[in-house]
Amino acid sequence: MKAFSLHTPLAESDLLPLQAGDQVLLTGRLYTARDTVHQRLAALLAKGLSPPFPLEGSVLYYCGPSPAPPGRVIGSAGPTTAGRMDPYTPALLAAGVRATIGKGPRSPAVHQAMAQYRAIYLAATGGTGALLAQTITEVLLVAYPELGPEAIYRLQVVDFPAIVAIDLAGRDLYREVRQLTVCGGTGC
Amino acid sequence: MREVAVSLLRDAVRDLCLEANVVIPDDTLQALERALIEETSLRGRSILEEILANDRRARECRLPACQDTGLAIVFLELGQDVSLVGGDLCQAINEGVRQGYRRGYLRNSVSVDPLRRANSGDNTPAVLHLEVIPGDSLRLVLLPKGGGAENASALSMLTPASGWEGVRRFVLEQVCRVGPSACPPLVLGVGVGGSFGSCALLAKKALLRPLGRSHPDPQVAAWEDELKTAVNNLGIGPMGLGGHTTALSVAIEVAPCHIASLPVAVNLNCHSHRHRSVTL
Repeated sequence: MKAFSLHTPLAESDLLPLQAGDQVLLTGRLYTARDTVHQRLAALLAKGLSPPFPLEGSVLYYCGPSPAPPGRVIGSAGPTTAGRMDPYTPALLAAGVRATIGKGPRSPAVHQAMAQYRAIYLAATGGTGALLAQTITEVLLVAYPELGPEAIYRLQVVDFPAIVAIDLAGRDLYREVRQLTVCGGTGC
Repeated sequence: MREVAVSLLRDAVRDLCLEANVVIPDDTLQALERALIEETSLRGRSILEEILANDRRARECRLPACQDTGLAIVFLELGQDVSLVGGDLCQAINEGVRQGYRRGYLRNSVSVDPLRRANSGDNTPAVLHLEVIPGDSLRLVLLPKGGGAENASALSMLTPASGWEGVRRFVLEQVCRVGPSACPPLVLGVGVGGSFGSCALLAKKALLRPLGRSHPDPQVAAWEDELKTAVNNLGIGPMGLGGHTTALSVAIEVAPCHIASLPVAVNLNCHSHRHRSVTL
């Protein structure tokens, strides 16, 4: 397994060498976005309004962190299920989002949009939020404080680990695993 | 009659919230360590190592093992010879959750309205399952239940002709369909029998059985083994990225049901299998 270092904001050329299954270490800014934020961002874009942070080259992290205890910048901060964001993802990719980080498979529509807009999907290990929090050095509330853990936070990260789940060539680790499983064979 | 102040329950619930979210139980850690020895997928092994490192760090640093500190599901076994005094039971339990989640810097994950979506701000209300038992003891169990694995759970009203084969197929199809999103390796609680409502609760209670302990009925225990082997042969693996560790445990609970029915429910839990109990 190769490991690549990536620095945000991301350009298409940064993503070209990456293949599904590669390990990446991200340094820079991640923007947290969950269900309600996706609804709101998609609604803003549909109205032609600007989003609360620059989407061009950005990395969205599907994460709702736990609150920061005293002396820490954040609590536990692992990924949530990516599939719930699928209905809104194509519009965000069209607006410049270059990578998304979550866990679990994506829909065919997201797959297609990723190929069209030249973006990748990264899988982080679910349920390891205490470990992943170690890579987060700074947290800034960007928008929607009323959403609490679901607000948009800008996370400054150093060597945040993830696996390339869908690459620019359209290879999808979840699909490949599924085809090898008994599930893929029986069509269930 | 034994008198118990509801404030005692409030404090017990608060302490359970503080511990359950931080300390992954020993039986779960042991099951993960065994899985690491047996897993042959390199990626699967590396994910299991991350999970174990996370769970150790959570304990040492008093951090939630997972940011999704869940809906607070509370089981209360209440002795019928206990008289609860000093206030309202449900309010006391919710106050315990409120205090525990605030003091522990745990995430508030409750939407007050399922369709209009606003955070309740203190992780209340809890979901309370009350069971009256003989005697004068009280037992509280807290199961903080994350959304990802709960979303992957399902119930089906099979008919008697489906038999064990139907139950088996239902569980396997559900794990195939949504297991990869539920943070495997999973703990599977299966309820068979009861009614539409009680079957789901049976499945949830099955999650509370210590990992590795089989059902006392040898036939049910054999079905548990068969299902666990079948799930682990699917190839889904840790985090759905391939391997043989898809389930750490399968527990089946059975209950009488209508002569026309064969209800089956499967409640998935993620590897962050958090639960804790106390007897008062």
